[in-house]
Amino acid sequence: MPTTLSFTPNLARHLDCPGAAVEGSTLREVLESYFESNPRMRGYVLDDQGAVRKHVAIFLNQAPIGDRIGLSDSVADGDAVFVAQALSGG
Amino acid sequence: MSDRLLVGTRKGLFRIERDSARRWRIASNWFLGDPVSQLLIEPGGRLHAALALGHFGVKMQRSEDGGAHWGEVAVPTYPDRPAGVEDKDPMRNIDIPWSTQLIWSLAVGAPGELWCGTIPGGLFHSRDGGDQWQLVRALWDEPRRKKWMGGGYDFAGIHSILVDPRDSAHVTVAVSVGGVWTTRDAGANWELIGDGLRSDYTPPEMQQDPLTQDPHCMVQCPAAPERLWIQHHNGIFVSDDAGANWRELTDVVPSSFGFAVAVHPDEPDTAWFVPAIKDEQRIPVDGRLVVNRTRDGGKSFETLDVGLPEGPAYDLVYRHALDISADGRRLAFGSTTGSLWVSEDQGDGWQCVSTHLPPISCVRFEMA
Repeated sequence: MPTTLSFTPNLARHLDCPGAAVEGSTLREVLESYFESNPRMRGYVLDDQGAVRKHVAIFLNQAPIGDRIGLSDSVADGDAVFVAQALSGG
Repeated sequence: MSDRLLVGTRKGLFRIERDSARRWRIASNWFLGDPVSQLLIEPGGRLHAALALGHFGVKMQRSEDGGAHWGEVAVPTYPDRPAGVEDKDPMRNIDIPWSTQLIWSLAVGAPGELWCGTIPGGLFHSRDGGDQWQLVRALWDEPRRKKWMGGGYDFAGIHSILVDPRDSAHVTVAVSVGGVWTTRDAGANWELIGDGLRSDYTPPEMQQDPLTQDPHCMVQCPAAPERLWIQHHNGIFVSDDAGANWRELTDVVPSSFGFAVAVHPDEPDTAWFVPAIKDEQRIPVDGRLVVNRTRDGGKSFETLDVGLPEGPAYDLVYRHALDISADGRRLAFGSTTGSLWVSEDQGDGWQCVSTHLPPISCVRFEMA
């Protein structure tokens, strides 16, 4: 059972961001899998060095991820990843 | 004669048009709610707008049809930072992000080519009109680049890019804070220039160091490309040899401090400034918003205020928010308090377009 990935509706102002069921054993793999079909999304979520943007938050099963730079958090089948707009930075 | 302006603001992009009654009015808008940090209007009319989304990063938008349709195009991005490379802000000893924080300047180069200056200090070059960008490694890897430091922003940035109209391989950029740099071979080799620039915010023995200079804005006279003007943190400077040497203009009333400068396209001795109180207050002197104009290369200045607020005003005009039309007759400037003025007679008189726009970052006349 793959991981469910979904995005804040705030992103829909800028680009299509349908949720998806994607494969991967780490958060990095999950996101990279998604970016293959939606490459524009990468620059909205990650900075030039591949870290989570300062004012973006990512939740793994309702808890903030631990590694915002390396995205090494382990992801298991059936997990849910949600990319949110942080309350800061508007 | 240009009858249209583009105005980039903290909350969107606006077009201002002159109507049949000679009134300048807000005609249209795009990207409402999103910060627009910079604009570029190519000679053929193609438009570029740089957005600085608060959450989702810098984006570039381009229009081929005068703004009827916009599409997102490539953003200049930094290469992967090699492991073990130390790159720290020299004043605070914190890591310089190898990630585009802000598009601070855009310029047209050789046919089809563009230049882009960013915070944290990278200069980018596009050979295909902005479809792809490459970091100019020769400048980024120049050892003295690591001595650049932030001024108004946390990290250094390139805010002014001058492409010599006689030779598009001759490009001169200004860095806040990091001086003036020039290349004669389209970016392969760079020279730090700027003898005569002076900083009074550094220890005395560093004040003449070209590397510690904080030019706020640098412009070039298209008809006389050896003539450059700088509105510097420390005052106003003028060069007659494309930036190699500068002379400081002192005793400018009401102030030689400010951010913006515009030069007449055909008259190198004619330039405009919007003075403010230095350093940290950055409001008009005595609450009087005025424009300063010289017609004699800085020997004397006229203070222009017809049509500007009679009562107290606290508008500050940023470095990209003063522009002159290609024929040299019209000027426009906008403020961080969202006011916008246009002059049809080189600043003798001003028409207020609005006092209710969002904070204004850049103003550009469109082509006639």
